[in-house]
Amino acid sequence: MTLSDFLVSPFVEFEFMRRALVGVVALAVGAGPVGVLLMLRRMSLMGDAMAHAILPGAAIGYLLFGLSLMAMASGGLIAGLAVALLAGGVARATEMKEDASLAAMFLLSLALGVAIVSLRGNNIDLLHFLFGSVLALDNEALMLIATVATLSLVTLALIWRPLVLESVDPGFLRSVSRAGGPAHIIFLGLVALNLVGGFQALGTLLAVGIMIVPAVISRFWSRDLTAMIVIAAVAGILSGYIGLLLSFQSGLAAGPAIILVAGLLYCGSVLFGRCGGLLRPLLPRRPLEA
Amino acid sequence: MASLLQFRDLTLGYDRHPAIHHLSGVVEAGSLTAVVGPNGAGKSTLFKGIVGLLRPHGGMIEYGGIAPVDIAYLPQAAEIDRSFPIHVYDLVAMGLWRRIGAFGCIGKLERGKIDGAIAAVGLTGFELRQIAALSGGQMQRALFARLLLQDSRLIVLDEPFNAIDDKTVADLTDLIRRWHREGRTVLAALHDFDLVRRHFPQTLLLAREPVAWGETGRVLTVEHLMKARRMSGAFDEREAECSVAAE
Repeated sequence: MTLSDFLVSPFVEFEFMRRALVGVVALAVGAGPVGVLLMLRRMSLMGDAMAHAILPGAAIGYLLFGLSLMAMASGGLIAGLAVALLAGGVARATEMKEDASLAAMFLLSLALGVAIVSLRGNNIDLLHFLFGSVLALDNEALMLIATVATLSLVTLALIWRPLVLESVDPGFLRSVSRAGGPAHIIFLGLVALNLVGGFQALGTLLAVGIMIVPAVISRFWSRDLTAMIVIAAVAGILSGYIGLLLSFQSGLAAGPAIILVAGLLYCGSVLFGRCGGLLRPLLPRRPLEA
Repeated sequence: MASLLQFRDLTLGYDRHPAIHHLSGVVEAGSLTAVVGPNGAGKSTLFKGIVGLLRPHGGMIEYGGIAPVDIAYLPQAAEIDRSFPIHVYDLVAMGLWRRIGAFGCIGKLERGKIDGAIAAVGLTGFELRQIAALSGGQMQRALFARLLLQDSRLIVLDEPFNAIDDKTVADLTDLIRRWHREGRTVLAALHDFDLVRRHFPQTLLLAREPVAWGETGRVLTVEHLMKARRMSGAFDEREAECSVAAE
């Protein structure tokens, strides 16, 4: 088998592979930048909780309307946002720190979601909810993913300045403007949207993976925000491509294979990354003059 | 001189415990006033009230021709996320927010101002440095540069020189004096009486209630300082309701 047979022909020969690749690339491009900001704002656990919260929302949509994408996506979106706002609200109203409320909520959501799905569906449906069906993306699903990615990039560009400012120095932004609050809410909306998109391809357990893991990878390669979001998107695309190939050649489930590859890239970054990689100090580099 | 701020019987605090009791007085436009007092005396609380972060329990603050959102405020412990990947240049550029907002262009004029502010605080060459790599003094300089860009008529500094090296203190004090020369009003909470005596014409000595307010020489006397020390103490849950407020 030639190299091109190995690397390219699965996508040339099989339409479902092409669709999967397009879906994952679009997801990575939308979720990467959002993930970087999620990580920098120390909201990674929040993202995870929202991802799990999508399950009961989508499950209720499924219960009421069957496998309708619109129903499940809307249900998921509402549930994801509700959890984000609730967790924040509970944290503000009580003494409990946000991370404890989030942990409780995501476990509750997961249990609730699985229970609801098993009311109507069978094991296959449950597996698709939990791990996604990236190899079975129909036109509707691809449209959803593409729309989410486009919307993400455009919205992020619009709220960029207040969002970054609010992340670095919320006190200052509060003293000169009231844009911080809306920027935060819109950002939560983008996270929820990307998670709903990811839910299709990767399922509730791994959807946040395409957001967080590339973001963490980017931290090890750059200290410039713009470079980081590009690296995150590229890492996501690479994980998608290699993961799909891995799944095709070895028979591993596609969704988990993608996140597995992302995880391996992460381990490589932890060891060899330019910024803080553990093995970097072993390479002899003399310190600069100033 | 016109009054920029007027406090009328101002009582400010957290959770019913007043950190400031019945403060009345005037901050003249163009004045350079140090606010001194023991820890817990209410200095930070007063500043938060002035910039609108705290609502008064009683009394009021009158603003003569300036809105709280136009005040350039440097809090005591900035909530800045030092590990965020942002350069000094962008941090300083934030000072232009009131002028350019979320979408305004940073053109040649604005870049000139930013470069000028960075030069004024002695941070030329540091533009592309990450804020995580700054020392305490360098960070404070960057924050002063941001204040410079805010181009405000009233600048409120809460303990700007805590744990800062002498050279930085000297350079930033020069910047404060320059603001005074430009006719801006400056309020600064300080602990260094020597600095206050040398550079600040006016002083407000606070220990929850105003002990003395006026020309620095007449305020910073042993008698006043002893009185201030006696007056400040811990919050008392069992304290009776304020008798003055009841009148």
